[in-house]
Amino acid sequence: MGSPEIEKEWAMLMRSALNGDFGAYRQLFVSLVPFLRAVTRRNGARIGIRHDETEDIVQEILLALHLKRHTWDVERPIGPWITAIARNKLIDARRRRGNRTFVPIDEFSEFLSDETDSDPAARSDLDRLLEKLTDKQRDLVRSLSIEGRSVEETARRLNMKEGAVRVALHRAIKALAALYRSGDR
Amino acid sequence: MKTEDLINAIVADAAGPKPRLGGVFAGALVAGTAISALIFFLWIHPRADFLQAAMTARFTFKFIVTSLLAIGAFGLTARLARPGAPQGLWGVAWLAAPTLLLLAVIAELYTSPSSLWAPRLVGVNARFCLVLIPLLSIAPLAGALLALREGAPTRPRLAGGFAGLLAGAIAATLYAAHCTDDSPLFVAAWYSIAIAIMALAGALVGSRFLRW
Repeated sequence: MGSPEIEKEWAMLMRSALNGDFGAYRQLFVSLVPFLRAVTRRNGARIGIRHDETEDIVQEILLALHLKRHTWDVERPIGPWITAIARNKLIDARRRRGNRTFVPIDEFSEFLSDETDSDPAARSDLDRLLEKLTDKQRDLVRSLSIEGRSVEETARRLNMKEGAVRVALHRAIKALAALYRSGDR
Repeated sequence: MKTEDLINAIVADAAGPKPRLGGVFAGALVAGTAISALIFFLWIHPRADFLQAAMTARFTFKFIVTSLLAIGAFGLTARLARPGAPQGLWGVAWLAAPTLLLLAVIAELYTSPSSLWAPRLVGVNARFCLVLIPLLSIAPLAGALLALREGAPTRPRLAGGFAGLLAGAIAATLYAAHCTDDSPLFVAAWYSIAIAIMALAGALVGSRFLRW
């Protein structure tokens, strides 16, 4: 788990986020990513998750943290909540990869380089899952994520009402999480 | 998609509605229990001598055991809905009901002649008990499972099992008002089987339906 100081900061950011401070929400997720990468790498190697799958699993954990944020009891420390969700997603990932044969990662470590992580051509699970959404949902998610547009801009561009964009985005995010879960890749 | 891009989408979705888990649970259970209570009062009815029976300790005891079980199962189910939440005393509180029932069984065996044990155990309503308790459990179980789906149970089968136990205990509390078998021997045998069936059903459904 993270240090007590950083956990307190995460808790503070999450409380602000739940009260409508979206800047705090972004800050929270940005701060969680390196921590979740470390947790996934450390535990993933042990349970047979490849090094280059780390980012896919981190993304799945982020989606779960977001969709289940209301299950954190604001009176309690946030660390155990984050760990329990991360653990759950790691176990899911292992289950999905259950029928694959594994070689202990150490034997290959000399061939592994960190470049696999940053290969811009590498297609993530999320990209594959995005293709399973409807064209409209995919456009919308791309606009709000990769293209970094705001909800207002996206609404104007796709000729939709802002409320409709929000509803469609929420459905798309839930659909992505469900696609992860079904192991449909 | 890069992780930074995903965060953009997540933050854009942050304005979405966030259900309050406690409220969701309360609402779902009240609705489920109301449906079962309606079924109970329309088609099953309290027993004819309800008011006289209410004066007797053995009749009242049935409600104490079933409500105690419902409270314990509710507390633990609600905990199991939150990832990483400590169970604390709720982890064992639901055991108070079976413990109390066991003590009552021992007391019954001590205070009643052995010739009465078998008729009291078999009772007159065993088959009704095994059908009506599961029937009255359906709506509360559906409510509890829907509420759990809003949560994030890291152990779906266990959470579903306790939702079943909770639904069974609510149904048994209603059914106890109809049932004329008041011996702890009867309750320990038949109520337990009926409630256990529901716990099993909850666990089975939960292991599939409650994954997130």
